[in-house]
Amino acid sequence: MSSTRAYPAYSRPLWQRWLFTRETAVIALLLAVWFYSVNNVQFFDGPLTITYLLLDMTPILLIALPMTLIIVTGEIDLSVASVVGLSSVLVGVLHEAGWSIPAAGLLALVVGLLCGALNGFLVAYVGLPSLAVTIGTLALYRGLAVGLLGTKAVTDFPEKWTDRATEKIGETPYPQVIVLVAVLAVVFAFLLHFTAFGRGIYDIGLNTEAARFTGVDVQRTKLVLFMLAGVVSALAGIYYTLRFGSARGDNATGLELRVIAAVLLGGVSIFGGRGRLHGVIAGVLLIGVLAAALRLEGQTVNVINIIIGLLLVVSVVSTSVLDWVMKTTAARRNTRGSSPTDAPAGVATQGRH
Amino acid sequence: MTAGSGEVVLALRDVSKSFGPVVALRSGRIEARTGSIHALVGENGAGKSTLVKIVAGVHRRDAGEFLLGGEEVDFGSTAESKDAGVAVIYQEPTLFPDLSVTENIFMGRQPTGRGRRIDRAAMYAETERLFARLGVHIDPRRPALGLSIADQQILEIAKAISLDARLLIMDEPTAALSGVEVDRLFAVARSLRDEGRALIFISHRFDEVFGLCDTITVMRDGSYVDTVAAAGTSVDGIVSMMVGREVGDLFPKTPAELGEPVLKVEGLSSAGLFHDVSFEVRAGEIVGLAGLVGAGRSEVARAVFGVDRYDAGTVTLDGTSVPKHNPRAAIHRGIAFIPEDRRKQGLVTDASVARNIAGVIRGGLSRFGLLTGSDEGRAARPWAEKLEVKTSALDMTAATMSGGNQQKVVIAKWLATDPRLLIIDEPTRGIDVGTKAEVHRLLSELAGQGMAILMISSELPEVLGMADRVLVLCEGRLTADIPRDQATPENVMRAATQTHQEASA
Repeated sequence: MSSTRAYPAYSRPLWQRWLFTRETAVIALLLAVWFYSVNNVQFFDGPLTITYLLLDMTPILLIALPMTLIIVTGEIDLSVASVVGLSSVLVGVLHEAGWSIPAAGLLALVVGLLCGALNGFLVAYVGLPSLAVTIGTLALYRGLAVGLLGTKAVTDFPEKWTDRATEKIGETPYPQVIVLVAVLAVVFAFLLHFTAFGRGIYDIGLNTEAARFTGVDVQRTKLVLFMLAGVVSALAGIYYTLRFGSARGDNATGLELRVIAAVLLGGVSIFGGRGRLHGVIAGVLLIGVLAAALRLEGQTVNVINIIIGLLLVVSVVSTSVLDWVMKTTAARRNTRGSSPTDAPAGVATQGRH
Repeated sequence: MTAGSGEVVLALRDVSKSFGPVVALRSGRIEARTGSIHALVGENGAGKSTLVKIVAGVHRRDAGEFLLGGEEVDFGSTAESKDAGVAVIYQEPTLFPDLSVTENIFMGRQPTGRGRRIDRAAMYAETERLFARLGVHIDPRRPALGLSIADQQILEIAKAISLDARLLIMDEPTAALSGVEVDRLFAVARSLRDEGRALIFISHRFDEVFGLCDTITVMRDGSYVDTVAAAGTSVDGIVSMMVGREVGDLFPKTPAELGEPVLKVEGLSSAGLFHDVSFEVRAGEIVGLAGLVGAGRSEVARAVFGVDRYDAGTVTLDGTSVPKHNPRAAIHRGIAFIPEDRRKQGLVTDASVARNIAGVIRGGLSRFGLLTGSDEGRAARPWAEKLEVKTSALDMTAATMSGGNQQKVVIAKWLATDPRLLIIDEPTRGIDVGTKAEVHRLLSELAGQGMAILMISSELPEVLGMADRVLVLCEGRLTADIPRDQATPENVMRAATQTHQEASA
């Protein structure tokens, strides 16, 4: 039978599908920087490097998880760092008021959830642009945080809890908190890549209208994602407070931009619809490793920022250039394939401009 | 060819235009003369708009002659066409709402006085002069926001006159106008004609065509049919030229056993879109929904499916009501909706074939909430096979596929839901002939299996060839319900333009 077609599931073998991706490039770069630093940067292979690296990157890693999902839908949440600050202040204030740390933390999580719900409601149901909404709530939540605690700081947290935030797993250099990060990473990876809900997230990012026509509940999906971002940011805030033993209104100011930078570096398109979670995790770690290595080399924060900023710009530009190359080659292939009347028109257009 | 007395301003001969594999205009031909109002008529998709867009410089023709004032021209932009003296007045002009009437007219070419400052006084004086000449009363200083469509069109005409356009093309200008406004527009058009300008008038309303125009050019299927003098023909003559095809073997509709009513729509209304629409579709029945573009056909379908809201009325499927504005519930109840715009609404073109086909049913594919790519592939493959989707693998994206192939993916996606009712909006728009026949055969087969099908189409032969019953919408109201054996191109077209003719009679 010549008319029956075989429909292979994939156009390329598995190794090719994995190798030639943006995510693999980020992972490769991460490994390259890691090995270079281990061999060439003094003290980089010391026992504390990896511990502090992971401790420092934990808030960014945590928030990058829901942020990835939000950016894949084509939205953005700039208020995450303010939620970190608010939850930090709440833990501090409630601790001062005599609450236990778990109880204070739980309330902070609930408040984080509500903060996310407000963002999500305004974006999904009122239909406002997320950029504008979360610029507003960025100021609102930060204002609440500073308003609650003023300029002072709460620092007298019980050692039992502050130690727990930095404790390592047995004799390894890995902090215990990394287990929490790993569990959440797996949960979010499943949600994004292995559920119908996750497929809806990509559909919304690629074509919201088609998603709606396909029966994806666009509004509810967005609301859920913003709520997840809120609650995870609150969790990051609790960690932040205990790790540094300090609750302040200005904790984690500007963290949102570091999170977004890492997400974009990890291969997520700011226009939505593209990106995978393992790339984002590699992106966060790449920034962390690079910063750690440069710091050990004695570079100042400014130099580190310049280098990371350049890396981000190069990575974004390279994707655009790559897209453009692929599009023009595809277009050329199409022109050749279709009716010959197209070609003269195209040539004429080029000739005129 | 009938010829007016004036000299030829615009001459198009054998002009063609394709968009990829879709031929929009095969051989366009028209000759507009000074002192004449020339009507361009044809069914939806006959190629009128493409022809106008070529003259306006929106599209560039692939082949053929294009002469303006006797000179060969080739417009690469609308600005070039404007400079050459062509003005196009669209059904809904696009103005700058926050600027004044005068500023809109002089946008981009404001008269300047001393020190390159804009000379407002001169602008207002000129606008007043223009309006006086057109015999209309619009305050030159008022903002364009809130002007009626009719006044907005007058504004565009005033702009055209101030640019001293020799050729004015009006693309369905009367569609949104009231009787008085139409009369005023026609008075303006006649005075422009008498000034020695050439006018081309596109309309679906035959009374207007005959009342205003002296020459009529008919198009069909992207080709020129004939040009006749208005005085020497009749509405029937024009309609038969517009339709002019044998409806036959192309559409393999097999008679199907009609079952119980599946869909019942009662008194469906949505302000400004459609009013009091009631009909039913039975199991095994293909109901064609015909009407002109803008008659509200897609709007009714979208409301039934629930992507749009409606103000009043009920939708019932198999005897139980379908909730309003809730596509998920509609899908769950067994309604499938294939929208008219494949690339924007039907498909996520950047997602793979497998993901698209499994797009609606994926919730049911997951086990314990876990959904993998191979689950989707397994579910999608039989449908890709059944519809013979042309792709090398299921993970290829739909973006580079042909229109026909994309449509197969959309149909596969919805058939996978095993629907009771299939609503299909423009099933074969922009699809090559071969795939068209495949789609028609499939629809017939599905009806034969007892599916209820509501088919919206702008192609009259498709409606007449496929439908067991034809519903005709005109300006948001159902104007006819014609059984298959009585449906003819003439009576469908008449019902589709009914209210206009009644209003003028």
